[in-house]
Amino acid sequence: MSDTPIALTHLQRLEAESIHIMREVVAESDNPVMLYSIGKDSAVMLHLAIKAFFPAKLPFPLLHVDTRWKFREMITFRDALAKRLGLDLLVHTNPDGLAQGIGPFTHGSAVHTDVMKTQGLKQALDQYGFDVAFGGARRDEEKSRAKERIFSFRSEQHRWDPKQQRPELWRTYNARKHKGESIRVFPLSNWTELDIWQYIHLENIPLVPLYFADKRPVVERDGTLIMVDDDRMPLRPGETPQMKSVRFRTLGCYPLTGAVESTAATLPEIIQEMLLTTTSERQGRVIDHDQAASMEKKKQEGYF
Amino acid sequence: MAHISDLIESDIDAYLLQHQHKSLLRFITCGSVDDGKSTLIGRLLYDSKMIFEDQMAALEADSKRIGTQGGEIDFALLVDGLAAEREQGITIDVAYRFFSTEKRKFIVADTPGHEQYTRNMVTGASTADLAIILVDARKGILTQTRRHSYLVSLIGIKKVVLAVNKMDLVGFDQTVFDTIVRDYRAFAAQVGLDDVTAIPISGLRGDNIASRSDQTPWFDGPVLIEHLENVPLDEEIRQQGPLRLPVQWVNRPDLDFRGFAGQIASGSVRPGDTIRVLPSGKQSKVARIVTYDGDLDLAVAGQSVTLTLEDEIDCSRGDIIASGNPPEVADQFETTIIWMAEEPLLPGRAYWLKIGAKLVSATVTEPKYKVNVNTLEHLAAKALTLNEIGVCNISLDQQIAFDPYKDNVDTGGFILIDRMTNATVGIGLIHFALRRSQNIHWQALDVNKTSRADLKGQKPAILWFTGLSGSGKSTIANLVEKQLYGMGRHTTTLDGDNVRHGLNRDLGFTDADRVENIRRVAEVSKLMVEAGLICLVSFISPFRSERQMARDLVEGAEFLEVFIDTPLAVAEARDVKGLYKKARSGDLKNFTGIDSPYEAPDAAEIHIDTTKTTPEQAADLIIQKLRDRGLIRDGWQGPEI
Repeated sequence: MSDTPIALTHLQRLEAESIHIMREVVAESDNPVMLYSIGKDSAVMLHLAIKAFFPAKLPFPLLHVDTRWKFREMITFRDALAKRLGLDLLVHTNPDGLAQGIGPFTHGSAVHTDVMKTQGLKQALDQYGFDVAFGGARRDEEKSRAKERIFSFRSEQHRWDPKQQRPELWRTYNARKHKGESIRVFPLSNWTELDIWQYIHLENIPLVPLYFADKRPVVERDGTLIMVDDDRMPLRPGETPQMKSVRFRTLGCYPLTGAVESTAATLPEIIQEMLLTTTSERQGRVIDHDQAASMEKKKQEGYF
Repeated sequence: MAHISDLIESDIDAYLLQHQHKSLLRFITCGSVDDGKSTLIGRLLYDSKMIFEDQMAALEADSKRIGTQGGEIDFALLVDGLAAEREQGITIDVAYRFFSTEKRKFIVADTPGHEQYTRNMVTGASTADLAIILVDARKGILTQTRRHSYLVSLIGIKKVVLAVNKMDLVGFDQTVFDTIVRDYRAFAAQVGLDDVTAIPISGLRGDNIASRSDQTPWFDGPVLIEHLENVPLDEEIRQQGPLRLPVQWVNRPDLDFRGFAGQIASGSVRPGDTIRVLPSGKQSKVARIVTYDGDLDLAVAGQSVTLTLEDEIDCSRGDIIASGNPPEVADQFETTIIWMAEEPLLPGRAYWLKIGAKLVSATVTEPKYKVNVNTLEHLAAKALTLNEIGVCNISLDQQIAFDPYKDNVDTGGFILIDRMTNATVGIGLIHFALRRSQNIHWQALDVNKTSRADLKGQKPAILWFTGLSGSGKSTIANLVEKQLYGMGRHTTTLDGDNVRHGLNRDLGFTDADRVENIRRVAEVSKLMVEAGLICLVSFISPFRSERQMARDLVEGAEFLEVFIDTPLAVAEARDVKGLYKKARSGDLKNFTGIDSPYEAPDAAEIHIDTTKTTPEQAADLIIQKLRDRGLIRDGWQGPEI
């Protein structure tokens, strides 16, 4: 019996919940995988997984769906991290998309994202026969995510049906499924953007340097600052890359990820900037602007 | 995301330090769109500055396009997520919202108030410490207010905020407020809610939400956010209970380390504490509390930890590590069941039951009664349908450790899973163990199934014939039995029509009765196998679940499913007993294939296509299959001893 109650902080409780979820998956699935996107949410998810199974090694591999249009610094970071931690890292690129030369500049953001990301992910899950995939999505990111279960069921065709999701009570998760069906599990469901940053700060979790402000070559296109990360980016007439102090709030394919002008070069400065800012995180993502309820539609089709 | 704090600009490090020590409160809001529930949540997010400018711009645009506030900002639109429900103008599921203040982070379960969504409200309430019950000041206590309060109390929430909303529309009249509060307290006490804090608010205008309204000088209680920031947390109360650690996963990286991982449901634990593993009852001491951040001297309810023990005792996923007053161990309980599926609860059908990390097989009895959630009346019931609540006994295939739900939600609450679809179809709350389970022990018998079968020189088995009425089941079963008899085998037949004249004469043809019909037949055929017989069962047995249940009663090799596959058109054309004609004319209800489903087997051991095989050929095929499986042998001369 304890004498006086120990007040667990909100971060301790979120951590304990995420660890519980991950252990439940490992105990109940045949072939789980963790989707690793190299971003800050993935960094936190990986850190929590290491804690959940300590002192054992991670009982599942990491999977990165590489569209071949990620920032170069992301790939460098990914490979160094996998080596340092001895992780079993799988990298998959959609070979059909690659053969057809699919890219955001030539085919537009919708086709590129669908072929290289959504289809690429389905291919990899099918190829390795993964029955459960951890994803780093959070409920605070976007309205349709707020109703997403922690254990989210997908048909054999990887489709999400918002009306067929199982009720989740207490911390009792039903992970039973038929052969061919799979589950996406979101251990960070109840974390907010601020929680993620605070936890990174508190736990000293390494991040891709792109999150921190630095002088980078950018062009302003349709109101968004795009970094010219390599020479595949065709410049429009009158566009000249300019060196600006910028950073990124989310990371993805460089042509689809807007930078923000910033001088925040340390974690506390980033958090400070985030707390004082007035626009939401996903605003930097070009794909969300298409139409109302666009995210819900993408999810039904198999986007994470 | 402008959290208003000067510290953010002046000293971010100090701000971060302060915010690392925030606690977490989860609560649920109960009420309908009409009560202003979505508006209240939108207001909480807005007042705590959780809305960004781009979201605000989108909100303003949406408010003009589809808002219900005549172009004014419609906060409800902030929280109504999915496209389908936006069009319908209602929320249809549980959504979780987040906001925080200087003191606490909050997770809000937002659930709709309509009657058909009991499922969602119970789901949202299951993780909440507190419930906000919204009442429209103009309407007072409604049927749904009672329903919400009953469900909140049932699921174990002890703290309630009665938010009397739309006070602006009644001129902030104290008498209106006082009357509603008095009525509510009287009702709340009946359902066991005595910790009620009432607050007069206007979600639309923000009165008494974040700051004290000057419109209600007569109100001296806390405003809403202030109350939410200070209310005690359930997790801290649970720390005072006895230790319960449901073991989720055994961590065995190498031969030297064996750790038991799980999230502590109640109590606390220190190295050196004496613990018991249940249901086995084995005792040991805690050696270490292992975490990535180093070993702990103390761990409490809510933490996810890994324990190592001083002794090598059996302990695996689904067990409970406990100290103090130990949990009980039993296999039969009285429970409250809340049904959550379109398909009704069928008494007698086997479901999976998951409690903590333990998965067992369970059958539920006919409800003792169901509860009318609006009037709290007890009603007679044969089954439970979607969103119905009833008190039922359940029986498990093995003993589990548990606590009554009122003492511990994690070790007393369970989910029921359909064995075929794998859907979560219901939940249950354990009241108490039925003492019967501790008094009835299996007689250990000297003469057993094997010795009885040996005497007859055979291996016992069930041949389960399934198929439509008129498919030829009984004809083929009869031919098979004749051949077996000719070979000197000991057999018996259970036939649908015959059993319904005797053992099951009290049963009709509803789905519930069909399940019970097959349950009894399965149990009888199991007894026949115990007697060493080859038992031929000839029943339409339309549901996969029941055939699976029968299969699970005996050892794997003893059960052979024989699918007599006759297309409906063919069976109907034969119509030996004239039943199809009656069913088509409506004289016979619930007839399989006509107005009641037949679920064909996926993987029957023997599949007979009667459009290609005569009954005699079918019988030969089945006999051959029994030979192949070693169930019958030719030239066998008697027991070997």
